[in-house]
Amino acid sequence: MTKFDFPPSIKSRPVWGTLQARPGRHHLFVADAEGAQAILDVATPDLMAGSHIIYVPRGADHADALRALEPAQFHEGPSYAASVPRLRRALQDAKMGLQVYLAGTEGVMGQAMAEAVAAGIPHTAIQTEHRGSTARRMQCVHCKGITEDVETDPFVCAHCGLNLFVRDHYSRRLAAYQGVRVDAEDHGNVPEPRGIYE
Amino acid sequence: MTIQFRDETFRDDYTFRNSRWAIERFPFPFHEDSFMYSVNMEQHRGGPAGSVYEKRFDVDEHYVSEMRDRALVLAEDPLRCQSLPHMTLAGWDLLELIMVAKSEDYPDLFQLHRDGDRWRWVNRPLGIDDTFTFLDDTTLPHGPMEYITRQTQGDFCVLDQRDDNLWMDAGMVTTQADWSLDFDLGMNFFEWHAPVPKAHEMGIFQRALKFLLNIQQGAPARRLNWTMTVNPLLDTSPENYHRWGIQKTTLTPENIGRKQHLRVELQTFFRLPRSNALVFPIRCYLCSFEDLTTVSKWGRRLHRVVRDLPVELATYKGFVDNRPMMLDYLSQFDDGLPTSPGIWPDLETEPPLRMG
Repeated sequence: MTKFDFPPSIKSRPVWGTLQARPGRHHLFVADAEGAQAILDVATPDLMAGSHIIYVPRGADHADALRALEPAQFHEGPSYAASVPRLRRALQDAKMGLQVYLAGTEGVMGQAMAEAVAAGIPHTAIQTEHRGSTARRMQCVHCKGITEDVETDPFVCAHCGLNLFVRDHYSRRLAAYQGVRVDAEDHGNVPEPRGIYE
Repeated sequence: MTIQFRDETFRDDYTFRNSRWAIERFPFPFHEDSFMYSVNMEQHRGGPAGSVYEKRFDVDEHYVSEMRDRALVLAEDPLRCQSLPHMTLAGWDLLELIMVAKSEDYPDLFQLHRDGDRWRWVNRPLGIDDTFTFLDDTTLPHGPMEYITRQTQGDFCVLDQRDDNLWMDAGMVTTQADWSLDFDLGMNFFEWHAPVPKAHEMGIFQRALKFLLNIQQGAPARRLNWTMTVNPLLDTSPENYHRWGIQKTTLTPENIGRKQHLRVELQTFFRLPRSNALVFPIRCYLCSFEDLTTVSKWGRRLHRVVRDLPVELATYKGFVDNRPMMLDYLSQFDDGLPTSPGIWPDLETEPPLRMG
């Protein structure tokens, strides 16, 4: 299964939806990995005729299936970071009424949402659907470095090396959850890492 | 009265102390012998002479040293002061509010001379005498919010109002109770309060938001909030928690009276005229247990509140591990006598501690 039921959480934690085709002439899809399946679920020839899909496979093999939908524009990027200039250009060229659809991991959806918001689209107007990995994009509150694809709690900051615990507090602006030193009050006492949802 | 500004530190050697004057005007946050969250708002229209409620922006003996500490924090981490691009006008609104209020409330310390949009600001305690053009950012050394909040005690959140919500879109935050402006910037009222336990379920934030959305110009509001801090450390930031967190483990039965501080926030709320933003100053006052318990009513009450606080709140406020030691210390100041209602010290009427 590529879908996951997230447990109830605090009010800053994003709640992901299910993509639905909305009326309109222009549609921008950004997806990574298993997010392709959410696009496949809503695609119709009419919708695809006005669609631009930016897809980052990250090891998944759905690119051909997406290409076969014959969207007006299709781009397969080797990484999310490499796709950002194209995404920014697509948002810069956006016409009134553009519909934005994000699917896949929280990290990629969150970063693409921040780009769309920076381009002037309200976050409440952006559709999302989580698929695939439940790993988190984490910001270290101490050094500000981002660690991608964090699966365990606690984890080691990829930048400063501190052992951080994984909070549910989430910043849309940073597209990241907050990581805080786990042994700040008892240096060296770091619990055994466990899966975030274990 | 003329304020004698203290030369003191809020870090390293911690030379911060409260004078007798500061202790007796401390904003003790408990109006009864127990505590639970509430929307404890009231109008901010002055208060008893000499109290922290009297002026719109209270200036006390710690002013100069607090501003020096703020400058140190900002030099180390400029992200503690941020303003999203649409918030500059609100920054000017805030600058005007503070300059007008302080020059009217403390004419011996602050002066504002206005000739059209040519303004001259004199801040005697900090030795500042600047002339600038109101609403022209290029005539100040910092943005307007940063300029004035480097000269005003307390943290400042400047909240944009739209979509029936408040948005944390600008702020100066260097004396915070463990929350990050850099992380929370851009969040709405419910999102930045998300980590607070219980209060969401109690409907506290829905009611507080309704109240705040309706605050009008010239009718500011206020409330008190509190937590606990070991050592008089103003900058209890998450950014530096990996450094200061360990200080919580340095309490001993011998030093707890001097080291353990009650940390009280006087939160006020002002509508800003041009931007319709809301400014939310959060002024931090610190007082050691040793000093607090010299007021017999507060000693009795603090013991009862700390003893009876629900464990979730003691955990959220970060002192659950130290609570037993706190109670051992505080119990010697609770002789079981009743306490008078309200937060004031009632020095003339409350009986002294009956020694057991």
